[in-house]
Amino acid sequence: MGVKTIITQLLAQLPEHCVLSHTEDLRPYECDALSAYRALPLAVVIPETAEQIRIALQICSEKNVPVVARGSGTGLSGGALPHSQGILLSLARFNRIIEIDPQNRTARVQPGVTNLAISSAAAAYGLYYAPDPSSQLACSIGGNVAENAGGVHCLKYGLTTHNIQALEVLTIDGEQLTIGSQALDAPGYDLLALLTGSEGLLAITIEITVKLLPCPEVAQVVMASFDSVDAAGTAVTATIASGIIPAGLELLDRPAIKAVDKFINTGYPKDAAAILLCELDGTQADVSAQIERVERVFTEAGATSQQISRDEQERQRFWAGRKAAFPAMGRLSPDYYCMDGTIPRKHLAKVLNHINTLSEEYQLPICNVFHAGDGNLHPLILYDANKPGELQRTEELGGKILELCVEVGGTITGEHGVGMEKINQMCVQFNSAELQQFHDIKQAFDPDKLLNPGKAIPTLHRCAEFGAMHVHHGELPHPELERF
Amino acid sequence: MTIQQDLQQQVQSAAASRSPLVICGGNSKSFYGRATSGDTLSLDGHQGIIDYTPSELVVSVRAGTLLSELQAELAKEAQMLPFEPPHFGETATLGGCIASGISGPRRPYTGAVRDFVLGVNCINGKGEYLRLGGQVMKNVAGYDLSRTLTGSLGTLAVLLDAHLKVLPRPPLETTLLQHCSAATAVELFNRWAGQPLPLSGACYLDGALYVRLSGMTEGVQAAVNTVGGEPLDNATQFWNQLREQQLPFFSGETPLWRLSVPAATPPLALDGAMLLDWGGAQRWLKTDLPADVVRHCVTAAGGHATLFRGGDRDSAVFQPLQPAMLALHQRLKHSLDPVGIFNPGRMYPDL
Repeated sequence: MGVKTIITQLLAQLPEHCVLSHTEDLRPYECDALSAYRALPLAVVIPETAEQIRIALQICSEKNVPVVARGSGTGLSGGALPHSQGILLSLARFNRIIEIDPQNRTARVQPGVTNLAISSAAAAYGLYYAPDPSSQLACSIGGNVAENAGGVHCLKYGLTTHNIQALEVLTIDGEQLTIGSQALDAPGYDLLALLTGSEGLLAITIEITVKLLPCPEVAQVVMASFDSVDAAGTAVTATIASGIIPAGLELLDRPAIKAVDKFINTGYPKDAAAILLCELDGTQADVSAQIERVERVFTEAGATSQQISRDEQERQRFWAGRKAAFPAMGRLSPDYYCMDGTIPRKHLAKVLNHINTLSEEYQLPICNVFHAGDGNLHPLILYDANKPGELQRTEELGGKILELCVEVGGTITGEHGVGMEKINQMCVQFNSAELQQFHDIKQAFDPDKLLNPGKAIPTLHRCAEFGAMHVHHGELPHPELERF
Repeated sequence: MTIQQDLQQQVQSAAASRSPLVICGGNSKSFYGRATSGDTLSLDGHQGIIDYTPSELVVSVRAGTLLSELQAELAKEAQMLPFEPPHFGETATLGGCIASGISGPRRPYTGAVRDFVLGVNCINGKGEYLRLGGQVMKNVAGYDLSRTLTGSLGTLAVLLDAHLKVLPRPPLETTLLQHCSAATAVELFNRWAGQPLPLSGACYLDGALYVRLSGMTEGVQAAVNTVGGEPLDNATQFWNQLREQQLPFFSGETPLWRLSVPAATPPLALDGAMLLDWGGAQRWLKTDLPADVVRHCVTAAGGHATLFRGGDRDSAVFQPLQPAMLALHQRLKHSLDPVGIFNPGRMYPDL
């Protein structure tokens, strides 16, 4: 299929301003937030109606042209990286909140609506949408569904999959399906779970019904310092063992505290080896009681100092450092690479210490600022892409960290998705039968493999090559895992 | 040979001879779904808790483990299965609980069975052992098949082990009772659910509204004043009987329908006895009305209806799917169970 033919076909059936094909117009779409990976698509289609999406899908389906969907392009795993032989389908113009139903506590929204816009619109009814990825100002709800996005408040409120009720989707052959329902469940298989986090490989979402929760009466943060990461890790475990589920429980290690402090004046204790930010929300009575208990637990775990936010302004100030962590890294280092593994919490201290060893071994600094409450690590590797070989070493170090997560019973991605980035590490987490099963599922939805091909699930061939690369001194890194 | 290998072998030989298997845990929910037949594949011997570290809020359990045994272990650590699953008999197993996907009164406020399934180990229709999902709270590697297996009534795979998220048991629970009309009950349920109240159950039966509040002592006491009503004695027994369908409402031979509708739907005009649960989102209807009359009314309200108990078990027990949706279900089933040996017809005639 020639480039010109597909563009001609699209232009014949779609308005001219909905199809971009000049190189300079394609450039802004060449990558998502994982900018190390870039590719230009044949064309970018920016439809304005569901019918236009259906037409575009039908053309691609007939001509066997890959389709990559894109929301705001804030994804961190290359999930919206264009296919050089395909079209990029931008859902940016689907940016309408269709309806808020305060009685049933739901909102029907289009996929291009930003995460934060939903909560802003629901605020008038005392309601909000719980998942809050750190990019919530910009990221689209459609992208959140594709990645099963998380955020700071997952421990208590769950991921995207726990907070949506229905999807309207188009399959690759243009068939519209309702997944889930306006009730709490739907007849048949739980396809809502299957589609959430499927990284655009199964269908194109054109409408989402999200659940809304009542805004908590009050939220307060306890900020505690510790003189070792181990003590902070113990405090995390002890808090949860005490029967409290914090709304958020975040950890920053010494390098992260220093980096943030250089960027904005946080007032974080500078001498701490680690600090914990523990947010509690609910009714005032509940929150006060929980704060008392958390303080006790932190003291027993060896907290060297503790502060409780006295008002909303102070709560925001406590969070400001955490929220500024990523831009702060940008100030500290020309480039940084954000990892996203999850581990059972009990291995927190062990894994963090191992990461430090790896950091020294590779001579690349690592800052840790992450969702300690649910064991979701975000090691940030600082590097300089202009130094020859440094990106490659960074990726190798990142891979090692993810393999470590799998080794202790965790996963290679907690919330960012596999995309292009972690495709090789999928070979470490899953064996050939499991990967083949995933391919068979894909087959049930998209037999010609046109939706976001090459992402999320590696081919068995790719894994065989990756496995061969990973043989060191004649020994496989994970002898317990099946190889192919 | 391990039990797992033995089960794999049974599946492989059933696949080779294309003989259907009826997957069986404690047989406590055999009344649910459509009638099916085949050789029994029993998970009876596959029992026990594999791993339980209370501070992780995660438990890994073999499918044949008695639900009561698991809950007793969690209770020792002041934790619970947050979806409050019905047992429907002393022999209920965890595998059956997940395969049926039935949640109890707490569901609208804390989540359904599927919300707490972090991962499963299972056997597909080729007899292959698969590990899906994982043992951690946040995990987006691979398709989320473990949640899709939840509630699939054993038609996709044989569930061997499950990793579940658990939660601390609330220190205090209080139930309040007030008398009102069904319409007022629906209104109150949804008004409360829109406020930050520690709700954990809300049902309406015979002119009485029951609301359960759970949480820390301070928060529950504050909420009692907002919600109002008289405290209910024997509240634990009431919610248990509601969950287990042992209230007098559930007795008799009249077919029992489960109506799943948007919570704020006003009382439905259907002949028969009605009980509202899940703050209005799940309604139990005892009626002899024909299926199409029930479904017509429920579909118009944006919901779906299941013939939960009684009636014709060879009929469309679950709400029929649109042709394109049924075709997708069939392709999905085929991808996991290519020969179609797992519980054929239990969910839909052509599945």
